[in-house]
Amino acid sequence: MAEARTALAEQFEDMPQQLEASRQGMWTFLATEVLFFGGMFMGYIIYRHIYPEAFGAASKHTIVLYGTINTAILLTSSLTMALAVHAAQESRQRALFRWLLVTVFLGLCFLGVKGLEYHEDLDEHLWPGAHFRADLPPQSQIFWFLYWSMTGLHAIHVTVGVVVLSMMARMAARGLFSTHYHTPIEISGLYWHFVDIVWIYLYPLLYLINRYS
Amino acid sequence: MNSTVIPPKISLRIWAALMGLLLLTWGLAQIDLGRYNVVAALAIAVTKMLLVILFFMHVRYNTRLTWVFVAAGFIWFLILVDLSLSDYLTRGVVRGTYPNSFEVRQSPPSTPRPVQSIPKRETSETK
Repeated sequence: MAEARTALAEQFEDMPQQLEASRQGMWTFLATEVLFFGGMFMGYIIYRHIYPEAFGAASKHTIVLYGTINTAILLTSSLTMALAVHAAQESRQRALFRWLLVTVFLGLCFLGVKGLEYHEDLDEHLWPGAHFRADLPPQSQIFWFLYWSMTGLHAIHVTVGVVVLSMMARMAARGLFSTHYHTPIEISGLYWHFVDIVWIYLYPLLYLINRYS
Repeated sequence: MNSTVIPPKISLRIWAALMGLLLLTWGLAQIDLGRYNVVAALAIAVTKMLLVILFFMHVRYNTRLTWVFVAAGFIWFLILVDLSLSDYLTRGVVRGTYPNSFEVRQSPPSTPRPVQSIPKRETSETK
């Protein structure tokens, strides 16, 4: 019971109320993240509307194979995160630690594939500016500007997620989480799944839908 | 604790559904469906998002108050899209607005841009 008292902050009646408050706080933060990415998605919608041909031509140069592999990696990492939360709920310390490590590993795989892809994109002169490919219409640079900033911002989020989940793994290894208290695992899980959701939209918008328009 | 425990079996099924949808959206992108390529890709993306939010993020089992918090961000994003598009999609349609002039903007950079005179506004007094 001593452990229970340390986990419950003073201002809350009981553990369920505390978890509920943490959850709503996290969703409030995620709502600001929706609008943070939302501005870029809005820019994409408007410029795609104004320059459909240039966007079509530009997006044929994104590497679908890397994009598809990375989608599969992130969706799988969401599964392992869900399994980590489940392990925490059942106080299975070792399973929790392992699933967190697998999730971190998949996050690093995502970043690795993204790095390979960025390298090839740069070799293809797809960085907007003076050295941008001459065989594409000049407005294609707007698509590639959005590509670099949206995937770049997303990659930063993945990096933050990897750091947070590594910290969670360290705390889990010290046995801080149990059926009674696992709010940090659940909250960082929400963040991880949100990053996955952003990619769920980036994948069709950047890699798929302009190929025939 | 009031957090609902979702059995790993269900998580695995959701994951399988997500991977199936990934294959489907990739496959559909290989076929020319005209404008329906966009519709199909976005419909699948929304479905994938709902699966992640409802099951992996446990929202299906959360309180109604949490639902409100979840919906808020997305509703505000839709307001952003709606108000912005009500401008861009009606340019040149609504009286007194000018269309997005593709021809001028998409001319190759080597040729000098034609000087565009601003068209006179049609007003009832110009007679």
